[in-house]
Amino acid sequence: MADATVPLTKSGFDPAALATRAAIIVAVGVLATAPFWASRADLRMLMEALSFLALAQMWNLLAGYTGLISVGQQAYVGLGGYLFFALAMFAGIPVLWAIPLAAGVAALIAVPVGWLAFRLQGAYFAIGTWVIAEVFRLLAAQFPALGGGSGISLPVALAKSIAQTRGGRETVMYYVAFGIALLSVAGVWLLLRSRWGLALTAIRDSEPAAASLGVDVRRVKFMVYIATAAGTALTGAFIFLQKLRITPEAAFSVTEWSAFVIFIVVIGGLGTIEGPILGVILFFALRDLAADWGTWYLIGLGTIAIAVMLIDRRGIWGALRARGVPEIFATRRVLK
Amino acid sequence: MTKLLEARGLTAFYGDFQALFGIDLSVDIGETLAIIGANGAGKSTFLRTITGLRPARGQDIRFDGKQIAGLAPEHIHRMGLSMVPEGRRLFPSLSVEDNLLIGASGGRTGQWTLDEVLKLFPALTERRHHGGAELSGGQQQMVAIGRALMSNPKLLLCDEISLGLAPKVVREIYAAIPLIRERGTALVVIEQDIQQALKVADRVYCFQEGRVTLSGTPSDLSLAQIKQAYFGTEVA
Amino acid sequence: MDILNLLIQGTLLGGLYALFAAGLALMFGVMRFINIAHGDFIVVSAYLLLVAVLTLGLHPLVGIALVTGLMAGAGYLGQRVLLNRVLDEDILPPVLVTFGLSIILQNALMEGFSADSQRVPAGGFDTASLSLGSEIAIGLLPLSMFLAAIGVLGVLHWIFFHTHLGRLLRATADDAAIVPLMGASNAHTFALATGIASAVVAIAGTMLAMKTNFDPTIGPSRLLFAFEAVIIGGLGNIWGVLAGGIILGVAQAIGAQIDAGFQILAGHIAFLVVLALRPRGLFAKS
Repeated sequence: MADATVPLTKSGFDPAALATRAAIIVAVGVLATAPFWASRADLRMLMEALSFLALAQMWNLLAGYTGLISVGQQAYVGLGGYLFFALAMFAGIPVLWAIPLAAGVAALIAVPVGWLAFRLQGAYFAIGTWVIAEVFRLLAAQFPALGGGSGISLPVALAKSIAQTRGGRETVMYYVAFGIALLSVAGVWLLLRSRWGLALTAIRDSEPAAASLGVDVRRVKFMVYIATAAGTALTGAFIFLQKLRITPEAAFSVTEWSAFVIFIVVIGGLGTIEGPILGVILFFALRDLAADWGTWYLIGLGTIAIAVMLIDRRGIWGALRARGVPEIFATRRVLK
Repeated sequence: MTKLLEARGLTAFYGDFQALFGIDLSVDIGETLAIIGANGAGKSTFLRTITGLRPARGQDIRFDGKQIAGLAPEHIHRMGLSMVPEGRRLFPSLSVEDNLLIGASGGRTGQWTLDEVLKLFPALTERRHHGGAELSGGQQQMVAIGRALMSNPKLLLCDEISLGLAPKVVREIYAAIPLIRERGTALVVIEQDIQQALKVADRVYCFQEGRVTLSGTPSDLSLAQIKQAYFGTEVA
Repeated sequence: MDILNLLIQGTLLGGLYALFAAGLALMFGVMRFINIAHGDFIVVSAYLLLVAVLTLGLHPLVGIALVTGLMAGAGYLGQRVLLNRVLDEDILPPVLVTFGLSIILQNALMEGFSADSQRVPAGGFDTASLSLGSEIAIGLLPLSMFLAAIGVLGVLHWIFFHTHLGRLLRATADDAAIVPLMGASNAHTFALATGIASAVVAIAGTMLAMKTNFDPTIGPSRLLFAFEAVIIGGLGNIWGVLAGGIILGVAQAIGAQIDAGFQILAGHIAFLVVLALRPRGLFAKS
């Protein structure tokens, strides 16, 4: 293994790097102009896909780099959604400000919750987080002001405060989704290239080795847990702004916000930034294809996830990387 | 042919790191062999490869006339090849008796029974219902050897059985080896204590950096030869 | 009298939860493996009994025996064919594979039996009760289930501490890596552990089928109950699982008394309190 630092600015001509850079710019450009070319249905689908991308990046950051397998991140999707509704409806916070604020409050709540969850290790942590998400779901149903078990809708006046016309609202909401997704990808990328990234990569490769290098493994994991809780809640707040209605079942759905998200990350490729992106594209393509399959679609999805674990647990991107496809988001400082 | 175990050109890798470079080694029926060598010479890797704990597909290892390379460790064990692992590795939640009985899981019966093992190591008799963790280091080693004997092996591999034990205890444990031999069991003993190895063995192999650097009977080998084979430097 | 009644009902419920938990604890103990689809296998067993009793017209007891044998065999095979291939240091593959199985099972049951709620009639036995004094009545079905649960745990205890298989399971739990040096195959031992766990799951699932209504989606919450009973009771202790199940059952009974929506929540809260105060459980071994 040779140590080599990836230069931040590339000197010399590298066609592969130029091509990937061009591809990123084109992709971001196409997405950034979507309200001008996409149909209303496409725009809604894109918003949903961008939300899933953000959720997938958060789960990937947690599981792929710190090894914390959570089956309970729906706790923060739902918490973000409910906090957003509460802040916007009862605290009078402007709708677009209520979204980041909900994420901030969720991060605060994640501190004691994380303390509790961290008392469990490995697979027990996974199920423990699920119990906590269930507690959140059952508690949400106990607040009559938030609609109790049957849920609540966002008042029309609040929705209209974003923009008067439906088209205008959808454009604004699209850019919120676009911003959140961009933030999740860029945030994870920058985090991994920072001093923290070294610690995270060390933890991913070997926890004992990281600890022997002086990394405070527990603290780093906890900080990442809080950060992903905030990112997940941010996305959750947006998701329920887009849906305009929230119920405990929808907000804390394990299938929607854990199973789908985990399958996206794992099928795409865990522990890479490209994996979740690829996973989201595949997931939505498959969903489009299987629109009429009903339960068979879910059976198929579960089967694919199992197949990935049996055939190549690095996922599609990991398998492509092993066959020489270059990294798009260079985060590694050490070349293997 | 009287060869019980015969390995030819054995290699082993940990990723890119090569640990064994073509080891040729054989054990005769009833023979006691000692393998000596410094830390990292490949002695334990050799035993782990022979026993099937490390993958050995495509290699050439014959035991009792049959090719065993690539077989699962439990299959090799059931053919009569048993190992006392490095560090003893008793099962902490099992009593002494249960630790011994579990050694017979492969179903090989013969002279070694629970009673016979307890006769070999009388110190264990009164502690047979104690947990493995409550024993002294020497007693733990006795359990580990007894556990391996419970499968009535044709060949018993002992990995560093004197490690970390007081000289008196080491003598006690080595006193059992002639009693094991006498029942026809062949032994391979990995030992860092050269004197101890020369005393007990019919033949000695010296490993250095994954190669056999010397082999022969103790009486044929001079101390200078052994030191050179062991440390790899010319000794004046 | 109300308190006593609550304690009795909760305790009887706890027997069932102990059975949910025993299979989970067994698999985790022997191979550090958590089956996310554990609850769904309980529900599958319930549906199998439904088919045996309502479609094939078998007596419930014959049905239970049949389902138990079927599940034990399926558990053994499933471990050998599928789950052994994803067992290693990395916990993601087993979690993900069983999560995938959970989704598949739920939707396959949905496809086969619809989302309708079902129940297996226990032939009048389910409504019979034993009255103690004027205010306390103990249902015969819950009582016999509780006794059966203790019987199953007793059999597990006997297997663990008085058979060679039990010795092997304990050794494997201690240090699976060197068990092959004892002449026993890990793949086989793991599969036997799953086979036994699946038999317990089947007994639990068939009891559930006669006790309450069930539908394809209730598996995950049974997994959580099982998990909570294991953690409350503490690892490495068969009877701790019973204590954990009873504490969970009593907590749920008290919660249900306060408010119907509080039943499950109260159980979760009891679990979280134990986790906060005694993360290794109340009756953990050493």
